[in-house]
Amino acid sequence: MRNLLATKPLFELARPGRRGCTFPASDVLERPLEALIPQSQLATSAPELPELAEPDVIRHFVNLSTLNMSVDTHFYPLGSCTMKYNPKRHERLARLTGLGDLHPYQVDEAAQGMLGMLFQLQQMLAEISGLPAVSLHPAAGAQGELTALLVAAAYFRDKGERRTKVLFPASAHGTNPASAALAGFECVQLNVSPHGLVDIEELKSRLDESTAVFMITNPNTLGLFEPEIGRIARLLHNVGGLVYVDGANMNAILGFARPGDFGGDMMHFNVHKTFTGPHGAGGPGAGPIAVRDFLADYLPAPVVTRRGASSDKVHYSLSVPAKSIGRMRTFFGNVGILLRGYFYLRTLGAGGLKAVSENAVLNANYLMARLADVLPTPHGKRCMHEFVASARTLYKERGISAMDIAKRLLDYGFHAPTVYFPLVVAEAMMVEPTETESKETLDAFAEAIHKIVAEDPKSLHEAPHSTVVSRPDDVQAARKPILKWEPSAS
Amino acid sequence: MTYLFNTPDQQREMLQAIGARSIDELFDQIPADCRLPGALELPPALSELELEREVRTLAARNGAGEDRVCLMGGGVYDHFIPAAVDEVVSRGEFYTAYTPYQAEASQGSLQAFFEYQSLICRLTGMDVSNASLYEAGTAVSEAAFMAMRATGRHKKVVMLGSVHPEYRQVLKTYLSNLKCELVVIPTVEGTADLADVKKALDDKTACLVFQHPNFFGCLEEPEELTRLARSAGALSVVAFDPISLGVLRRPGDYGADVAVAEGQSLGIPVQYGGPFLGIFACREAFMRKMPGRLVGRTTDRIGRPCYVLTLQAREQHIRREKATSNICTNQGLLALRATAYLALVGPQGLKEAAELCCRKAHFAAERLTRIPGVELAFDRPFFKEFTLRCAEGVEPVLSRAREAGFDLGPTLSRFGSAFDDSLKDAVLMAVTEKRTKREIDELVAALGGLEATTLGVAAIPQR
Repeated sequence: MRNLLATKPLFELARPGRRGCTFPASDVLERPLEALIPQSQLATSAPELPELAEPDVIRHFVNLSTLNMSVDTHFYPLGSCTMKYNPKRHERLARLTGLGDLHPYQVDEAAQGMLGMLFQLQQMLAEISGLPAVSLHPAAGAQGELTALLVAAAYFRDKGERRTKVLFPASAHGTNPASAALAGFECVQLNVSPHGLVDIEELKSRLDESTAVFMITNPNTLGLFEPEIGRIARLLHNVGGLVYVDGANMNAILGFARPGDFGGDMMHFNVHKTFTGPHGAGGPGAGPIAVRDFLADYLPAPVVTRRGASSDKVHYSLSVPAKSIGRMRTFFGNVGILLRGYFYLRTLGAGGLKAVSENAVLNANYLMARLADVLPTPHGKRCMHEFVASARTLYKERGISAMDIAKRLLDYGFHAPTVYFPLVVAEAMMVEPTETESKETLDAFAEAIHKIVAEDPKSLHEAPHSTVVSRPDDVQAARKPILKWEPSAS
Repeated sequence: MTYLFNTPDQQREMLQAIGARSIDELFDQIPADCRLPGALELPPALSELELEREVRTLAARNGAGEDRVCLMGGGVYDHFIPAAVDEVVSRGEFYTAYTPYQAEASQGSLQAFFEYQSLICRLTGMDVSNASLYEAGTAVSEAAFMAMRATGRHKKVVMLGSVHPEYRQVLKTYLSNLKCELVVIPTVEGTADLADVKKALDDKTACLVFQHPNFFGCLEEPEELTRLARSAGALSVVAFDPISLGVLRRPGDYGADVAVAEGQSLGIPVQYGGPFLGIFACREAFMRKMPGRLVGRTTDRIGRPCYVLTLQAREQHIRREKATSNICTNQGLLALRATAYLALVGPQGLKEAAELCCRKAHFAAERLTRIPGVELAFDRPFFKEFTLRCAEGVEPVLSRAREAGFDLGPTLSRFGSAFDDSLKDAVLMAVTEKRTKREIDELVAALGGLEATTLGVAAIPQR
């Protein structure tokens, strides 16, 4: 039933002379272009773009879309990604006149509705994080991390303290050390304890006056809440360092705990995870940060400030914090995504948010229990919103790897969990069901896993069998990169 | 119960399977002194109906919509977006999909990004493009970092003063904790003085960053600039306007090493500032040093052509602190918009759109500068955008325009000390293919123009 013609590359569907979008004739100045722009600046030929008719373009992309798994079509238990349902009302609202078509250089007076929502979002994130000063500026979580590290650097520089090191556990997401390096810090990776938690003795031994920041994800990437987080924070604060909380796993603790309360000085949110910004096959996202009041002056610009209290005298404006580190990107931020987060928080309220974490944690523990007999979780009998199971025993005894299971799951109509992360677990499968899944779906997934691990390993090595392609040759792709369409390739 | 499934009965069954007595027990991992004692203080939950009512009211308080004419520029423009672009990105299989790590479950997105990369290369004349960065400011910064890696020179970056001040600010922030100098060459005439540029480049310079058409809307001399950079052993980084490539020479043709851009003009709504699209393309020599995701073509287990993320060893999830960038989530859905847009307009459509912008902008500039006290700030060729200087100060002009329903901007004073005092009464104006002669005539009339058209547009009385 597949339309194999329509999914050929655009360049192969193109024919000279075809047109999609046309524009009206000019109603001004029919002089030749050379009269307006120097000849030497003009191209001698049009760019070699494919020529296509609109129906072809639609048929091509709609068919391509059917080759994807997505939250709208499948259960997508990708650990650390929080693939929860993307509410459709957000799509309608984000496109409203006055929102989607508001130019970023519109004057503040003509953007009061927008600025009001963004201000309220700042406030709500401050409440959820327990950290009073919020910037909505960063474009994604990784940029939020970098922003916070630059804020810390500016703070220490201002205090006349020379701090060069950023510490993080080996279980940290790759963006943590990458951001630290970009911010000019030396990266110090700490081993985790056998229980998958921060090793306090190891931390103590590496802390000194050159420590700027300790980056911690809590709950961590194994889905465990760090029980010693209070102590960890005290250790950092005792040497004058700061604690950065990577907020990727906030879905576990909304309404239950706040990074600002358990010792965090700075954190980022992933709006495209916790607050249901659609993942878009690789973005866009938004990575707002929240920091302690003594760091507020260093936040990137702009932030939204409010003057006046009663609703008819309130005025919102964009302003620059007193000692701002400057801009991290053009314009205000990924407003389209921020607004979706805003709509979500206005929909759920405090009770709704707490129910999110309750059900996310319930679903994860239930799935972990259902899988325990075939995919054990090395790090304990309870988890928060996600757990990391290991296929190590299966691999040793029957040669079935985490990758094999992941690929075979696709045949059963499930997207695979995250595999081979975090690095501290062998044959890791990180499973995060999220709260927007039913018990029936979880049961079906558990059943599929049980069937898969009983299958013939040889057949599993060649899974998936029912998808359009199977086991791409990554080695060839890297050794001989083909990164654009060429006529000779077919 | 919004977006939730499990009934109390099901929750009980699940707790039984887990061996816990209550959901609260599952949170025992959180030490008591870390637990939030009460409830979060957030506004009460709203139904869809209530939310929509409230948001519509707030949206109506913003200056946008059909009864306003947008003539604003500064990197973001009111270009036409064909309906089919919106259709494509509204497919749930695209916008609710994840980063395509599992290639077999993501061939739709992977092929679309491969096509994006291909189209950007065709558009710019460059060898290789990535699958997107956040927006133009970070794209410029990533280009500078790549130039440092490629040349081994980590101490100096040179940038023209005619580059968008926000791109400059972003790079400055990215360099703030590193020992690298950012040298900005003043461009008081509106474009670069090549002698000044030559003087500033030396064997410590990692790259020369320029924008063409530049922030003021003016055309630089791109071939001369890339040549100067090359002579100094530095990379040339150009920030271009995607629509301009419908008529202007391409970065690859004038010798640029790296071509970056804000891709918002390619089918992306203005959205008060984002999410947008950081375009990044470069010469083949830099392929393995590039930041951002790359989609490659390969074959599968049984020889079928397919697409995968490739050269991932550059990226943070593999190389961690030695990665070429820290970027993880990028701007996938916006790259898809740009791909659909370019597929729909094609070479002819892009040329038409570019010519319309150019003609209408020149018409508008000609008419507006006939108004006493209004002049072009720079005597330089321009494409679709220009800088106006107003003798009576820029605010009165802008408010008259605003009252008549026209939005101009940004003012150059908005960027603080980025520009000379001589530009404190200057404002940008951009004219896209959406604007009509009638709109321009009405604007001229509203600003007290003596040359109101005879096509029935009465001059609005002076206030």
